[in-house]
This record gives sequence, C-alpha cells and structure tokens, in this order.
Amino acid sequence: MLFGLWVAKNDNQVRGVMVAGSTVLLASAIWLTVYFVQQRNLGNTTDMLLANSIMWFKPLNIAFSVGVDGISVVMILLSAIIVFTGTFASWQLEPMKKEYFLWFVLLASGVFGFFISTDMFTMFMFYEVALIPMYLLIGVWGTGAKEYSAMKLTLMLMGGSALLILGILGIYYFSGATTMDVSELARMHTMSKTAQNIFFPFVFIGFGVLGALFPFHTWSPDGHASAPTAVSMLHAGVLMKLGGYGCLRIAMFLMPEALNMWAPIFLVLTCISVVYGALSACVQTDLKYINAYSSVSHCGMVLFALVMTTQTAITGAILQMLSHGLMTALFFAVIGMIYHRAGTRDVRYLGGLMKVVPFLAVAYVVAGLANLGLPGFSGFIAEMTIFVGSFENAGMFHRVATIIACTSIVVTAVYILRVVGKILFQTIPNKKFNELHDATWDERFSIGALIFCVAGLGMAPLFFENIIIDAVAPIFNHIIAFAPTLGNL
Amino acid sequence: MFDYAFLVLLLPFLSAVILGLFGMKMPPKIAGIIGSTVLGTLFLLSLYTAYHYFFYTGEYSAMGQVFNVVDGRLSNGLYPTVTVFNITWLKFTELLTFNIGFRLSPISVMMLIVITTVSFMVHLYSFGYMAERDEKYKFEEYEKGFQRFYAYLSLFTMSMLGLVVATNIFQMYLFWELVGVCSYLLIGFYYPKHTAVHASKKAFIVTRFADLFFLIGILFFSFYVGTFNYDLSTSLELTDKLSTIASDPTIAWAIPTALFLMFIGGAGKSAMFPLHIWLPDAMEGPTPVSALIHAATMVVAGVYQVASLFPIYIKFGATEQLHWIAYIAAFTAFYAAAVACCQRDIKRGLAFSTISQIAYMLVALGVCFAIDNEDGGLGYMASMFHLFTHAMFKALLFLCSGAIIVIIGSNFKEYMGGLHKYMPITNICFLIGCIAISGVWPLAGFFSKDEIVSACFKFSPFLGWFMTLVSGMTAFYMFRLYYVIFWGESYYEQDPEHRRRPQEVPFIMWGPLVFLAIISIFAGWIPFGHFISATGKSAEIHLQHFHFSSVAWFSLLAAAIGIGLATWMYLPKHNPIPNILAKRMPALHKAALNRFYIDDIWQFVTHRIVFRCFSIPIAWFDRHVIDGTFNFLAWGTQEAGESIRPWQSGDVRIMLYGSLREL
Repeated sequence: MLFGLWVAKNDNQVRGVMVAGSTVLLASAIWLTVYFVQQRNLGNTTDMLLANSIMWFKPLNIAFSVGVDGISVVMILLSAIIVFTGTFASWQLEPMKKEYFLWFVLLASGVFGFFISTDMFTMFMFYEVALIPMYLLIGVWGTGAKEYSAMKLTLMLMGGSALLILGILGIYYFSGATTMDVSELARMHTMSKTAQNIFFPFVFIGFGVLGALFPFHTWSPDGHASAPTAVSMLHAGVLMKLGGYGCLRIAMFLMPEALNMWAPIFLVLTCISVVYGALSACVQTDLKYINAYSSVSHCGMVLFALVMTTQTAITGAILQMLSHGLMTALFFAVIGMIYHRAGTRDVRYLGGLMKVVPFLAVAYVVAGLANLGLPGFSGFIAEMTIFVGSFENAGMFHRVATIIACTSIVVTAVYILRVVGKILFQTIPNKKFNELHDATWDERFSIGALIFCVAGLGMAPLFFENIIIDAVAPIFNHIIAFAPTLGNL
Repeated sequence: MFDYAFLVLLLPFLSAVILGLFGMKMPPKIAGIIGSTVLGTLFLLSLYTAYHYFFYTGEYSAMGQVFNVVDGRLSNGLYPTVTVFNITWLKFTELLTFNIGFRLSPISVMMLIVITTVSFMVHLYSFGYMAERDEKYKFEEYEKGFQRFYAYLSLFTMSMLGLVVATNIFQMYLFWELVGVCSYLLIGFYYPKHTAVHASKKAFIVTRFADLFFLIGILFFSFYVGTFNYDLSTSLELTDKLSTIASDPTIAWAIPTALFLMFIGGAGKSAMFPLHIWLPDAMEGPTPVSALIHAATMVVAGVYQVASLFPIYIKFGATEQLHWIAYIAAFTAFYAAAVACCQRDIKRGLAFSTISQIAYMLVALGVCFAIDNEDGGLGYMASMFHLFTHAMFKALLFLCSGAIIVIIGSNFKEYMGGLHKYMPITNICFLIGCIAISGVWPLAGFFSKDEIVSACFKFSPFLGWFMTLVSGMTAFYMFRLYYVIFWGESYYEQDPEHRRRPQEVPFIMWGPLVFLAIISIFAGWIPFGHFISATGKSAEIHLQHFHFSSVAWFSLLAAAIGIGLATWMYLPKHNPIPNILAKRMPALHKAALNRFYIDDIWQFVTHRIVFRCFSIPIAWFDRHVIDGTFNFLAWGTQEAGESIRPWQSGDVRIMLYGSLREL
C-alpha cells in the first residue's frame, strides 16, 4: 500500500515526514474501513476485497497476494492508529532519531504487510520483516538490560518462526496444492487428518509464541520492559496480535480436524496464560513488567477465545485484539511518559503523581479502568463477548475453563488498583517529584487520540462488531463444517 | 408519552463529561450549579414521570405498543411495563443481543424518585459541605476537587438511573460495574489520605469479586434461557422458555443456580455478610457521598436486583434460594446491629446500621413463598417500602452526621457531646431520623419495618421474633449515637478557650436536612401497597388504617425497650454502666469493636493465601523455572556451538588429526 513510498522519503525532516506519513496511513486505513463497509452494504460478498496477486517465486508457488476481509480491516485500522499515536509519543526521542524512525517504519511495514497478505509464505516473510527491527530498536534505544532482552526476544520469536515455517511447508506439501493462498487451500482442504495433527501444533505454537502463549511468554516482560515507548506500544499493541491472527487464519482455518484433537491441550495452556499472567502481575514492581504480564493475560484471553471455537468467542477474540491493542498502547505510552519524567518505573519509589502530573495520572487511571473492563471502554465489550461466547461451548471442561478465565477480571482489578493507589494517590515520597512537569502537547495529543479510540470502541461497538462478524462467520462455518463437534452446537 | 426518557440518562452523562473535561477551567461555583441544575431537572422529570405512570388516564404508546390505562392501570388492574426504547448495543449471536434500553415498571419508577430526590438533596448540600471540607484538608487544588466531585456525582447518578431502568440483566450488570467504579472514585476522593485509598481499593475489589458471581450467573441464565431479558410481563416467550426448563429435570437446576449466583453479586453490592467488609471502610469518602451511594442508592442495588428477578424466583422453583437469602440477611442484620452498638466513629456506626437495614429488606424478600399481596408475597411490598423510607431517613442521618463532622472536624464521638445547644436544627433532624429508623409510630420506619416483621411471622415465627429483637437493637444503637452526639458531656465546654465553638451549619446544608426530615415523617403514610405489590394489584397496608396487630405492638415494645435502655445508659452525663459492661465482657466488647474480626479473616485469606501462596510463587516460577529453561536452552546452544567450533575452524592440522585418529 503506502508504506514503501513513506520509507523512501525518510530523510532530513524526520518528524514532518513521520507525521505526514502516519497521517496518510491513518487516513487510508479509515478510508479502507469506510470502503469496506460500503462494499458490504452494496452487497459485495466476496471473502477478500481488493484482492490482487502477483506470483513471485514460481517453484514454490509463492505469490504476493493481498486482500482484506473484516478482520484484517480492523487490524489495519488498529495498526494505523498505533503508528500514528506512537509517532507522537516518541516525539522527544533523542539519539539517532532518523534511524529510529526508519526501523520503526520498517517494523510497521512488516505488520501491515502481514495483515494484508493472503499468501502463507508472504505472511511469514512479513512476519520476519516485523521481527528483525525489534532487535535493533530494543538493543539500541532500549533501557535496562536491553541487549539481553533484545536477544531473548529475538531468539524466542525466531524459534517460533522456525516452527512456523516447518508448519507452513508441511501444510503446503501435505495438501499437495499448487498455491500458498490461504483461502484457496481452505477451499481445497486436501490435507489428511494425520498430517494436520502433526503440523497443527507447529503453526499454533509458532504463532502462539508471539501471542504470549504459556509457557512461551517469557520474552514478553523483558522485551517490553526494555523497549522504548513507541516500540512497546507497537509491539504489545499490534505485533502480539499477529499471533492471534495467524492462529486463526492459518492454524485453525486450514486444519480444523486437528484443532478438534488439540483443542483441550491448548485450552489448558491458554487458560493458564490468562490466570497466570494476571497473578504474576500482582507482585511485580516495575510498571512495565506489570503491564507486560497483564498483556500475557489479555493476549492469553485472545487465544483462549479462539480455541473455544464458537462464533461469538472468535468475534470476541478479534474484539479483544483490537481493544487490548488500543488499551495497552495507551498504557505503555503513559508509563513511558511517567518514566521519562520520574526516572524510575519502580512502584515502590513512586507516589502522589496525581498532584504533580494530573493529566498523565488521569490518563493512567483511564487506561487502568479500561484494562480492568469498565463498561464504556473497549475492554468490557471484548471480555463480555468472549465470556458469553465461551460459555456457549457447553462441555463441562469448557465450562470450568471459562469460569476460571472469568476470575481474571477480579485479579486484574487487584493489580491495576494496587498500582493506581500506590503511584498516583497518597503522598509524594520524593521531593524531586514536585518539580515534574505535566504532559506536553504532543503527548497530550497522542494520549487523547488513544483514549478517544478506546472509548469510541467501548461505546459504539456494534459498528466494528458487524465488520468482524462478517469475516468471522465464513471462517467459523468452514471450521465447523469439518469439525462439527467443536463448539458443541 | 415518555419520549423524553432518554434525557434522564443523557443529561447527567453530558454533565459528567462536561465537568470532567472542562471542569478545571470553570470556577467551582459554576460546576456545582451545572451539576445541581441537571439534577434538579432530573428530579422534576422523575416526579412528572411518576405522576404520569401512576395516575394517567387515557392512551399512550411506546415502542409501537399501545397502552390503554385508567389511573395508570391497564384493564387487568396492573401497571404496564413500558419499554420506552431499547437499542441493540452488541450482538452476541443473532438471538442473543445485548440491549441498552429504558423500562418503566412500578419499582423502577419508585427507584427513579428515590435516586433523584436523594441525589438532588446531596448536590445542594455539597455546596456547603465540600467547601468547608476542602479548606480543612488544605488542598492545594481544592477548587479542582469541587468540580471533580460534581463530575463523579453526575456520573454516578447516570449509572444508577441506568441500572434501575435496565431492560435486561446485562444492562443491569453494565451499569452495576459503572456504579462500582463511581463508588471507587468517590471513596478515594481525598486521595492523599492513605486510608481513603485503601478503602476505595477494598470496596472495588470486594464488590468486583462478588460481581464475578453475578457474571457467571448471567452466563448460566443466558445460556439456558437464550436471552438476557428478565421481565416476565413483557415477554411471553421468556415465560414459556423458563417453564420448559423448569419442567425438564436434567436442567431444572440451572435457573435457581443462576439466580443465586446473581444474588451473590447483589450481596456484594448490598454488603451482606461476609461480603460486607467494604462498606464501613467506604465511609472514608465525603459524607454526602456516603449518604447518596452508601446509604440510599447503590447499596440497595442488590435488593433491587432480587426484587426485579422476584417473579422468576417464585414461579420457577427458586423459593428455596429465596429462603437462603433470608437466612443470610437475617444473620447479617443481627451481626451488623451488634457491631453498630460499639462503634466510636459515628459514620461507621451509621454504616453498620445501613448494613443491618438493607438486610431487613432482603429478609423481607427472602421470606416470600408465593405471589399474593397478603400472605406469602407480603414481603415484596414491605421490602420495597422499606427501601423507600430507609433511603430517606438514612440519607437524612448521614447528612446530619456530615453537618456535625464539618463543625467538629472529626468522626469520633469523643469530640462531640452536648451539641443540642449549638446545633438545634441538626439536632431535631437527627432525632427525627433516629425515631424513624427505630420504628416508632407514626414515622416512616414504623410502617415499613412492621410490614417486614409481619411478613417474617408469616414465614416462620422464629425469624419474626429474631427480627423483632434486631429492631430493638436498632433503636438502642441509634439512640446511643444520638445521646453521645447531642447530649452527654460537651467536648467544647471542657476547654472553651482553646476549642472551636460548635455552631449551626448554613442554610444550604440544613435546607436539605429539613426537606428529608419532612419526608421521613410523612413517608409512612403513602399508600405504598397501592402502587407496588407482589401481584401488581392494589394492596392495603393495614397499619395505615390503625389495624395494629400484635406484631406491631411487640415491635413497638422492642423499640421502646431499646430507646429506654439507651436513654438510661447514655443520657446521664457520667453513667458508668457502658464502661462497666465493657469491662465485664472484655472479649465480647473487643470483638464487636473489631467487627468480630471478619476483616482480619479476609485480610488473611487474600494476603496470606492468595498473594503469598499463588502470586509470589507464580512470579518466582516464571522468572526462575520457565525463564531459566529458555536461558538454559540458549546457553546450551551457545555452549554446543562453542564446543564444535574448533572442528569447523578450517585448520588443516586439526582436521587431519581428527581423521587420523579415526583411523
């Protein structure tokens, strides 16, 4: 789409270019959404809109095929919002601004490329494109034990992608197809059951690593803690969503019978993710660690809902991706700004910020409340859709899992309020905090835009839900057609 | 006819948004005026709505339904359930949708009146209260505090109204969470205070824990019934579906279970034992908030929820669950009354009294076993009646205590005493509140409470006597409070040179007090049964026609004993009896003072068990075991790489050596 041009222009007026570029990006993402809705209203019912395909590696039938359906439309919108606000959030970044933004843009292009691809291999390629800049962004511009974190993150995600490429090639060879296009493969559905059973975990875990699936989530706290603000935002906000998206698009969509077999195991793992992440977050002392574990919990919820395989739950999973993306970006943005001022992220040394930086403090409270699922913000609708959807799955096992996952809403309240009570309220422990200055205009703008989106999604969810259901329904019907016992409907 | 109803939710919402976003830029007075004007409008709108709902004669339509009413009633003698609007907000499946709507039924109209009346009075009262309060706390930004306060109040009012007009159980849950958050924000209003922050956190987490059960209950309900709608009168399909489930033995357990789980949510909000621990601490918030949220409106949400689902409880085999509620509530009523007898902090004393009185309402609902107006279903009417009267006199008592706290500057009874000379209006108002809550004829509490006690006697004589005993205790602890505040030895007079002289509060504060006092005096004479009863048909409250049964005499006697005992023990200036009693039974006194250690038990469970035994080990496990494994893998790979590196060095000698050795 537009990102190629944007990278090329990146020279002296870095900020200007970034703003112009990300604005164009946001505008085109909004246009895309509007266009999508229009087309649907006009009665255009093809699975993928704007589909296009160019063959670029004949021997393996790899094509650069693009197209969007409801899920990718909302994901692209999400990414555009995060890139846009992330630009403003890293306004005052000092050393090597240009290089920073260059990598940042490359990361973003990987993400966009991933969401618009419909070809397995191209998707994988963009996934890798998104990964590599992470290493540099964290390793160079990060904080704390940045080399270690960057290395860990990259190695673990690379490990995931090794599994992934095995899985993808497995799918390609065992379905005997002459294409790597996901929809084509799904339509043919020629993969044998045994092959599916073998390759399903490869793909699911491969993407699951990115989606912080227990026990492959440990890169997330370190990675997030060390990353600079905008990278944390983009990473937690968008990159982790690649995992859920890939799990649905490739693993579940192409191998429904295997899902049937593996579902209980992954259900247990994701359920652990949800509760485990939340409980871990309760005792962390670094703000970013808390939020990273909270992300583990919330992204675990995405995968959990996907594995539940009811239409409502899958819709909820996509909503949760969207909502978590926005909320967590907001959270990381605020944390970054607090860190920038106070020089520490340690909960034990912070306090009374409400008095000195009211804007940031209020933003933190809003982010916290959104995170714990306050109605009116996006978290509530996503979680409720997931819970209602999961509960439709009437198996005793699924019931218990759902109820266990529900308990996370209480634990979330505990860790959010603990931090809010400690760092924002009460008295200021350190005299030097009295001199902190409140948010600057670029920060206000970035935060304001994110809060607007979180509240918008939370108050008028039906618009997005319709877009999402539109794409989820065919995928779900496909899965159910081959594995009718799933979802117990 | 009720087309304006959307304003009831929209106006406070707008006011909250405007005050929240731009409040800091306005002078505090303006913010207060905006908030109060909106509330005044809402108050008038609710009165108008109630008048039309209950007395209209003619025809009107809402959502395409035509209602032909005479004096508000349909031809079958019932008040209609009017759905004014119902918008699809979220679609879970084609059939299961989450709607946001506005529904008028007799109890929701009553709640509209209660909420807007108390909220309006609190808005006015806060003009005086918050100004005084903020100066005292020496807030650097006290002006911002004022606007913030009104923004929260508006938001709360909106959420509470949304809760009571809910068209479905999920909407109720949504607003339920919102009122919870408003309560959190308002309890922690004085955020530099350590205790306030803790109290707000505790309140939110405890109620959230209860809400978890509410949510699970909703999930059960919606799964089996296929809808979130709970109103039997507007949906015949719902009735059919419920009867199908109730008659199917394999899933008949689902409805009672779902209902009881939802009740646990209600028990959290309504502070039933053992989830009551947050309410006394919630008194850290500004006193007008305690009056509005923690006495009159939000804490009765649980009662309102059970009352809304009441027809389902009765008709579809959940009467046993209702009786469980009754037992839990009866125990709570007794427990809270016992603790209230020993509190030093006047607001906490009132808080325990609130717990006890809400428990009365739930007992009344719980002892029902049929739908009729005279026998098995009497409790329904009694409960709603008590909800109404209690909201008025408890708000009054809290606002009075707020006035005292403003003047004295402390919550503790030691700093009070002898105030009747200095604060005559507050004195009279507080006394009226005390008499009303004690259940003395002819004030409001007498009628509603005696209906409850009669309903208990119809269910089981034991419960009847038990509740009579508790009403005696109520009279005792309320008058104890009254005497130690207004009579007894004056703290000021012990050292008039150095201590501030108490004085009467300004008009903006005593005005609302007088207004609520007047309602507390006369509310008992409202023919409540005519409007709200279990069947929906007009019922009579016999007490209002001087048909005193033996029940009424006994509870009057209990009240008289309670008051007499309190007078004897606390009116004289130096009566040693309370101290002697406390010394005689040190364990009991100490236990009651410490709320029978329920808080400590919870503290132990949450901190020691959940925190220590789950969170910390999990965090450790994560950092050491899982992370360790991956680090070990990485290290292993690196070491393996190191160890085979020489083989690939390209050094001919080594390669030769290797191949030669093989030979």
